[in-house]
Amino acid sequence: MNDFAFHAPDTLDEALGLLARHGADAKIMAGGTSLTTLLKQSLIAPSHIVSLHRIRECAAIEASDGTIRIGGLATQRDVELSPVVKEHAPLLAEAYRRVATVRIRNVATVGGGIAQADPAMDPPPSLLILGASVVAKSARGERVIPIGEVYADYYETTLEPDEIVTELRAPAQPSGAAWTYIKYLPRTEDDYATVSVAAIGRAEGGSIADVRVALGAVAPTAIRASVVEDALAGQPATPEALREASQAVSDIVDPTDDPRGSAWYKRDMSVVFTRRALEQVLGAA
Amino acid sequence: MTTTPIRQSVTVTVNGQEHTREVPTYRTLVDFIRYDLGLTGTKEACSVGVCGACTIELDGRIAASCITLAVRADGASITTIEGVADGDNLHPVQEAFINHGGFQCGACTPGQIMAAKALLETNPKPTEPEIKEWMMGNLCRCTGYYQIIESIQAAAEAK
Repeated sequence: MNDFAFHAPDTLDEALGLLARHGADAKIMAGGTSLTTLLKQSLIAPSHIVSLHRIRECAAIEASDGTIRIGGLATQRDVELSPVVKEHAPLLAEAYRRVATVRIRNVATVGGGIAQADPAMDPPPSLLILGASVVAKSARGERVIPIGEVYADYYETTLEPDEIVTELRAPAQPSGAAWTYIKYLPRTEDDYATVSVAAIGRAEGGSIADVRVALGAVAPTAIRASVVEDALAGQPATPEALREASQAVSDIVDPTDDPRGSAWYKRDMSVVFTRRALEQVLGAA
Repeated sequence: MTTTPIRQSVTVTVNGQEHTREVPTYRTLVDFIRYDLGLTGTKEACSVGVCGACTIELDGRIAASCITLAVRADGASITTIEGVADGDNLHPVQEAFINHGGFQCGACTPGQIMAAKALLETNPKPTEPEIKEWMMGNLCRCTGYYQIIESIQAAAEAK
C-alpha cells in the first residue's frame, strides 16, 4: 500500500471541504471494504483518503409519499434488515441481503457500493428496474442522477471526485406486482454472480400489464432489458411468449471470460435466467 | 510518495483493555492486532475479505480486519478471539467446537468462533440453513464443515 494522509471528518460539510481542497488526489472511503482491497493491491494510490466513518448524518432509512430514501452511509446490512425497505421495496431488501457475507454487509455502505460500480454487485439490476436515483453532494452543490446515468463502465461512474453519494431514492415497489432477484452462483454462495436478473411483473386478465427486467454481471454495467420489456408489454403471458422474448437478451449482454464463467456460457445463462425470472413474476411457469 | 510513512495515533479498546500506538496510515487492522498488539489469535489468510480468518468484532458487529485500516478503528471497541473466554472458562461456542470436532488444523478456527458467537447473539436458535447462510463467509480448507455446523447447533442447545 502507498503512503497517504488519512482524514476522518466528523461532519459531511467538513468532508466536502476536504474533497474540494484535495480534488482528484483524494479518494473517499465509506465502508472501505472495496477501497481497502484496491489500496492493498496497489490498483489505486491516492495521496489523501477522506474517511466517512465518523459522520453520523446520511444513514437514515425512511419512506414518505411513495418514495424510499436511504442515506448513502447506511450499511448494506441496515437495508437488508430495514422494516421500511421490506415493506415498500422487498426486492431491494433481498438484493442487499445477497451481497457477499454478513461480515462485509455490516460495514459496506449503500453509497460506497454505488460509487464502486462493480457490474457484478447485487443491487444494481434492482435499482434500475425500481427507477432509483442517487443524490450526489459536493461543496459545489447537489444533484440528483438517475441510477442508469451513474454507471458508466466497469468500476466507473459519472460521479465527480469531490461528490459524495448522500442518498439513494427509489419509488416504492408497485404493490400488486410480483418480483424476483435471481443470483446464479455455480461456485460458492458468497461469490459475485455469474449472471443475475431482477424482475418485476404483473399480468392482468392473462395479458402483461407491467414487466421490468435488468441483468447484472454480464456487461460493463448492469443493464435494463428494455428489448424484452417492449416485446412483452400488453402481450398474453404465455410460456412461449416469455421464452421467445428472453432470447433477445443474448444481443444486449456483453460478458467477459473470467473464473465465474466463459463469455458464451454467461450469454446463454442470461437467456435462461431471464426466462426463469419472467416465469416467476408473470406466473407462466 | 514520501520516504517516511505518515503515522497517526490509534487508541482502541481490545478485549476491554485500552491500547495506544503510532502506526503508518496504511497499517491494516489485522496487522495492528497481530504485530503492534501481539494478539496473534486473529489470522490473515486471503487478504481480501473473503475467507473469514481475520474476523473480529468491531463496535459490536463482525468485520474483516484484513480490509479495515487500523486508523479507522481509532476510538473503537474490538473483541478478538483472545477476549472470548471468561478467564479460564471457555465460551460455550469454544467448548462446543472442542467437543464436536469443529476444527482440524485450527487456522480458520478463531474466525469461525467469532462468526459463530455473533450468529448466536443475533439468533440464539438458528436453523441449519440459517447457520449455513451466516457461516458461508468462513472458509475451512480442511473442509470440516459438518462438524462446524454440529458445533454451532450444540452451542445453541447448551444455552
